[in-house]
Amino acid sequence: MSQVCVKVGVGSCGLAAGAGDVYLKLEEYIKTQNIAIKLEKTACIGMCFEEPIIEISGLERGAITLGKISVDQVPAYMDAYISGQHIDQGVILASNQDAIHNELLANQVRIVLRNCGIINPESLADYEAREGYVALRQALSMDRLGIINTIKNSGLRGRGGAGFSTGLKWTFAYNAKNDKKYVVCNADEGDPGAFMDRSVLEGDPHSIIEGMVIGAYAMGADEGYIYCRAEYPLAIKHLKIAIAAAEQKNYLGKNILGTGYDFELHIKEGAGAFVCGEETALMASIEGKRGMPTIRPPFPAESGLWGKPTNINNVETWANIPWIIINGADAYKQYGTEKSSGTKVFALAGKIKNSGLIEVPMGITIRDVIYKVGGGMKTELPFKAVQLGGPSGGCIPASLLDTIVDYDSINKTGAIMGSGGMVVMDEGTCMVDVARFFLNFTQNESCGKCTFCRIGTRRMLEILTRITEGKGKEEDIEKLEELSVNIIKGSLCGLGQTAPNPVLTTLRYFRDEYMAHIVEKRCPAGVCTALLRYEIVSDKCIGCTACARKCPVNCISGSVKQVHSIDQDKCIKCGACYSTCKFAAITKG
Amino acid sequence: MKQDCSKLDTVIESYRGRKGAMIPLLQDVQALEGYLSRNTMQYVADQLRIPAAEVFGVATFYSMFRLKPQGRHVIRICKGTACHVSGANGILDALKDNLNLPEGEETTEDMNFTLLEVACLGCCSLAPVIMIDDQTFGKLTPESIPAILEKFAYDGGDQ
Repeated sequence: MSQVCVKVGVGSCGLAAGAGDVYLKLEEYIKTQNIAIKLEKTACIGMCFEEPIIEISGLERGAITLGKISVDQVPAYMDAYISGQHIDQGVILASNQDAIHNELLANQVRIVLRNCGIINPESLADYEAREGYVALRQALSMDRLGIINTIKNSGLRGRGGAGFSTGLKWTFAYNAKNDKKYVVCNADEGDPGAFMDRSVLEGDPHSIIEGMVIGAYAMGADEGYIYCRAEYPLAIKHLKIAIAAAEQKNYLGKNILGTGYDFELHIKEGAGAFVCGEETALMASIEGKRGMPTIRPPFPAESGLWGKPTNINNVETWANIPWIIINGADAYKQYGTEKSSGTKVFALAGKIKNSGLIEVPMGITIRDVIYKVGGGMKTELPFKAVQLGGPSGGCIPASLLDTIVDYDSINKTGAIMGSGGMVVMDEGTCMVDVARFFLNFTQNESCGKCTFCRIGTRRMLEILTRITEGKGKEEDIEKLEELSVNIIKGSLCGLGQTAPNPVLTTLRYFRDEYMAHIVEKRCPAGVCTALLRYEIVSDKCIGCTACARKCPVNCISGSVKQVHSIDQDKCIKCGACYSTCKFAAITKG
Repeated sequence: MKQDCSKLDTVIESYRGRKGAMIPLLQDVQALEGYLSRNTMQYVADQLRIPAAEVFGVATFYSMFRLKPQGRHVIRICKGTACHVSGANGILDALKDNLNLPEGEETTEDMNFTLLEVACLGCCSLAPVIMIDDQTFGKLTPESIPAILEKFAYDGGDQ
């Protein structure tokens, strides 16, 4: 009999859902058994909504993955697996039987996430067992321009959001004449609602390191930095372990694999500033300064870190590199569209059933991402919009759900591909409030260098706040549009140039909702507190007094078994009565 | 300034001469003292023979640097997009209510809690989320807050 192996997903999302206790319980269980059972840690497989997750394998019946497992269920499941009993409940993936999410993985193409949730991220041997560092050996025997041409021919575009050709970017750094060059990995994933990079850093750190060594070798750099946000402690821990292991096996350091090539890699922790995701700001931050963007040109490829030629790519871009080197440019191009090849990782969140991480080929429609892979809506309310690209992106309405996922098609909608955050919203989400939310974010995170970004975003936020409070005027919309144009024109970096996008797209697709706030003083989604009005429906109220007892300001009057009423002047619109009433006798609107 | 600077000196010495060391240096100093006081920043600047404005400039730019003393436990409430659409504002109100935090204050009077708003904790599938020290709590409702805070209640002794 082969050995039973059990893996626990201990990424940030798993741990938050209680995977740590499940792991301890398994340790305890294994001690009581007289057969040897291997216990392993792995990271996130992407199905965050099913955490904590364990996978049991090793017997002929194949592997089964169990979701939402509680500590108490651990022994019973283990006993059942080992004794060959059929397990049905809780099984989310299985190699030899039906399981609810078998299709969820089948609908994906996993290149970047090829090892996430499968290997132990702390084990170099695990990575090597899945073609790890094979690409590096291959690349080190290749001509430098040959590597760059492979990447160019693959059509890979920067996955950080802007979508610039990676091969072309590498060519610029290659052509720069200097005895010192740097490569940098941008792991300062700051978009709220996005966690793709975190999962790859936590789940497969070696793929990023290998990609960086290959790129550095091709461009002629001998030193590199991974700039990781400090909010990701587990990612930083796994990176440190991975770098030490790679150094020991001479995949990093002096005279790599006996080829005479040297490359040194450092980790730099961020200190909390969204603007540091912008490449010139990021470099200023690595240099220990305030992370403020500078004018380009000179581009980093000519004058970057400490004035030396520097190439910066995002986590997901780097993680693609080893796969492309092994499988070739054509294999990569078989996925995706003509101008956007390969796959894209998305973080699905919000009102969607299967929230988590997925990787799909470019060219798939947004509808398929949400309804096929994402499982559709979590709530009973209908779909309203999907937010793409975080604070730099926009909201795509239901009428554009058949837009395909590629850089150019998404740009046409006014949103951007961005780094891959997809937040799904239902009819209970107010689009003016969403726009205000993002402007609040960019206004806070503006570094203050450019006047329009610093003050313009603040004025926009004030106008949006006014509208959500029912104090908006009709000319406000024109003002928002005018400010947007000027902020885009008057800002140096991507933060300012894209800050108005959430407002512009919501104005484009949900103008009626703005008008309802401004003219009718009404929030159709029932979100903006100041515009709400709670009323008691007289033929439904049975006079149970539950609402009156719950009201914190005692503004509901009426005696037992008589219809109650709300004093609108005193009402603070907290909604306590609405959620207390068991007879649907209170309306919100 | 009369205080024992030997630990501070050790930290400063470990970074002396290293390029781009200001941010990790200040992170270590903050880990040592809990926050960056004016005096400490002046001391660091003097030791490194750079203008205090340079140290202060970096410290005020990044949100992780704290310029005031912190509570024993730091509560980070996620204000990311997924949390926002899942009711993070209600959680924030519940936290402020339960902690009796006046408007504009971050730290409770008994110095037990500091409440910070952060952009995104990256646990979007568990929204709305808060993190207390290094523990994450997800799928919250305003009603679930008191029981969670209770676990970190101050018992009056040293921490």
